[in-house]
Amino acid sequence: MGHSERDLNENPVALIDKQTLVKKFLSVLSTESVKYETEDLTPFECDGLSAYPQIPMIVVLPENEDQVCQVMRICHQYKAPIVFRGAGTGLSGGAIPYDQGVLLVLSKLKRITHIDPVGRYAVVQPGVRNAAISEATKIHELYYAPDPSSQIACSIGGNVAENSGGVHCLKYGLTVNNILKVRFVTIEGDIVEIGSEGLDSPGYDLLALVTGSEGLLGVVTEVTVKLLPTPEKAQAIMASFDDVEKAGRAVADIIAAGIIPAGLEMMDKKAINAVEQFIGAGYPMDAAAMLLCESDGSSEEVASEIQKTTEVLNKAGATEITISSDETHRLKLWAGRKSAFPAVGRVLPDYFCMDGTIPRKTLPDVLKRIAAMEDQFQLQCANVFHAGDGNLHPLIMFDANEGDQLHRAELYGAAILELCVEVGGTITGEHGVGIEKINQMCIQFDNQEIQTFLNLKRAFDPDGRLNPGKAIPTLNRCAEFGHMHVHRGEERFPDIPRF
Amino acid sequence: MSTNETVIDRFKSQIIDAKKQSTCVRIRGGGSKDFYGVNLEGEIVDTNEFTGITEYEPTELVLTARSGTPLKEIEQTLNENNQMLPFEPPHMGTKATFGGCIASGFSGPRRASQGAVRDFVLGARILNADAVDLQFGGKVMKNVAGFDVSRLLAGSFGTLGLILESSVKVLPKPEMERTVLFDLDIQSALEKMNTLAGSPIPLSATCFDGNQLAVRLSGSEIGVIAAHKKIGGEVSEGASYWQSIKEQTHPFFGSEGCLYRLSVNPTAPINRYTDALIEWNGSTRWVWNNGTLAEHQDFANEHGGHATVFRGNQLGNPISSISPALQVLQQKIKNSMDPDGIFGKNRLFAEF
Repeated sequence: MGHSERDLNENPVALIDKQTLVKKFLSVLSTESVKYETEDLTPFECDGLSAYPQIPMIVVLPENEDQVCQVMRICHQYKAPIVFRGAGTGLSGGAIPYDQGVLLVLSKLKRITHIDPVGRYAVVQPGVRNAAISEATKIHELYYAPDPSSQIACSIGGNVAENSGGVHCLKYGLTVNNILKVRFVTIEGDIVEIGSEGLDSPGYDLLALVTGSEGLLGVVTEVTVKLLPTPEKAQAIMASFDDVEKAGRAVADIIAAGIIPAGLEMMDKKAINAVEQFIGAGYPMDAAAMLLCESDGSSEEVASEIQKTTEVLNKAGATEITISSDETHRLKLWAGRKSAFPAVGRVLPDYFCMDGTIPRKTLPDVLKRIAAMEDQFQLQCANVFHAGDGNLHPLIMFDANEGDQLHRAELYGAAILELCVEVGGTITGEHGVGIEKINQMCIQFDNQEIQTFLNLKRAFDPDGRLNPGKAIPTLNRCAEFGHMHVHRGEERFPDIPRF
Repeated sequence: MSTNETVIDRFKSQIIDAKKQSTCVRIRGGGSKDFYGVNLEGEIVDTNEFTGITEYEPTELVLTARSGTPLKEIEQTLNENNQMLPFEPPHMGTKATFGGCIASGFSGPRRASQGAVRDFVLGARILNADAVDLQFGGKVMKNVAGFDVSRLLAGSFGTLGLILESSVKVLPKPEMERTVLFDLDIQSALEKMNTLAGSPIPLSATCFDGNQLAVRLSGSEIGVIAAHKKIGGEVSEGASYWQSIKEQTHPFFGSEGCLYRLSVNPTAPINRYTDALIEWNGSTRWVWNNGTLAEHQDFANEHGGHATVFRGNQLGNPISSISPALQVLQQKIKNSMDPDGIFGKNRLFAEF
């Protein structure tokens, strides 16, 4: 938030002019794969974070791995900055273009190369949609577990770059826990295979480093994903509460009972109302909060877990409990949760979706303080929450065309992220830092920790040309930000010269 | 000054001295994994005094502990709360520490179904090569702020920094576990492992030990019984069996010489490895002697994986081989975190 001034250190430029670069790209790509006229560039001006559009210098859309390598080599030769883009659904602005650079779009690499139903993995290109993997493996009764709410549109390459989660990651993990191998192209245009078809590899865990690196280290041209057997059955419980704190305690009670549900989601009154008016999922309009809790497994396992969970929820003071009666009903309950973002988007034209993660026990306190901030910033905030993981998604609603609402929304978002850090959490659980939370990185990490990140970045990209200005702030940025923002009364960067 | 601060100061001065004198240090807890690696070089930094679980609330599913904490103590504390380390770490001796468990990255029988150490690491506090105290990751379930340094530390064998504390995700213990046996030859056992791993059953471990296929089911009582009914097999005492596989006390591991570990595509053929012990639904194969690292590596490469010398390596010889491109990246990571090569010289690689 509040990242409009750009740090000089984050500002590399190409060594040659646009026309020469275009000519170079046209020598290796087809005419329709190189875009350089303003009207062709505009559709790429932003990703899922729409508040900060930027027109790239050139957009390239390679059709295969070889072309990706060639583009990387040309950019390397002429020191052109590069931003990578998959489906453009990211919420933190990781794929917002760079005005002095190239936008490398992976959407044409959309083939599922290989499915091995016996070895239980699939080899896919980065432009393949997340949901398309499970659709293609369904006939083998296998699926790919991570399911970000944008799964019908978002692509697997972006999932790897962001280490995307989803509503089922408490039980099944994030992207990093569900991929085996990637083909990774370095800034020099060389291909390195990272990971293996086995379960591990010698040396340092590069797969863990590359996953979630937000396009700062290189680009992925192929991903080998793990496939899991589709559970025989899934059933969801919807529980209403007349008090947010009670709902929060119920979550802890479920975990304390030794239950790890496949999904455990919470929504507050504002989110429930927005969703209900949007798609009519049958949510309880009069509840202060609701939980959506899913069990999956064999019929026997599901029956026993549903019964146990219901008992816990009743004891925790649920005012109403609905158990999905069949698959249609279950999907309807989930459709509400998965459409929460667009539903809120209908209440006011714009929203910021925050993504802090907190220790679950701090939930009641954090929700109370987020609500109190509504008065402070004169804006409304709805809350959806991956309750099982402690991952909050406060949705700050505003109208960018109304006065200083955008600015107030930025401040509100920043205050929420800082609150998450204060209670022992993190500024981002699954959406990534991107451009949106770059300043808050300076709050979560001190300068030595950020220096460690910068050193790792330099090991792959010495001049900072891959996705410049994203994910990891420079120390200068943090010093400037710290200047404006004294954190808990401490001076964060005392050893950096001020100017 | 508390004891812990004194110990940290000792760690720091050892690191700073090594840097000044251009020597290296070897971080060591109980020494239970000393058998592993290319070489053991440098003055020992002993973590045994740096103990204690610093944070554990069962309903948060997160445990944080200092690196010298005995692994036994951690497992006992979790057990008292009906929880466990999901990756079922091998101790490889009586003195294993929590730090060594993270730094070795060794995982046990539950690995194929639940994940490895690296899948459950949430955060770490380390001393870097300048002896600066740093914190990465966190104590919450999901965290994508910054590069995933804490996961990178899992399996790094103390070559990137000194782990002071780690936070891991823990899970409830399953209500019930049942181990069933099948009398099968190695080929049929491998096929059965792959079939079972692709079926929606609460599978938590598989192992073919040369005589029979052992399959462990874990979950709710009703679910385990239903799954057993579906797959059949003769019920057997499980706990001590899986313990013997995990700790390598099973008679298979009683040989002498070189123990190789092949990590491959779970459907890779048996080929000449007819006397292998197979774990992790087919993806890990243990073999004694029977060829050179290069020969095993060729087979493993052909089947999407790699070979490692797990025990019995001749000091100084490489324990694995990787592509030159990958080697370059590995070295760059080492250089970025430990530019002077202070930590664990030649433990993982013969070159650095």
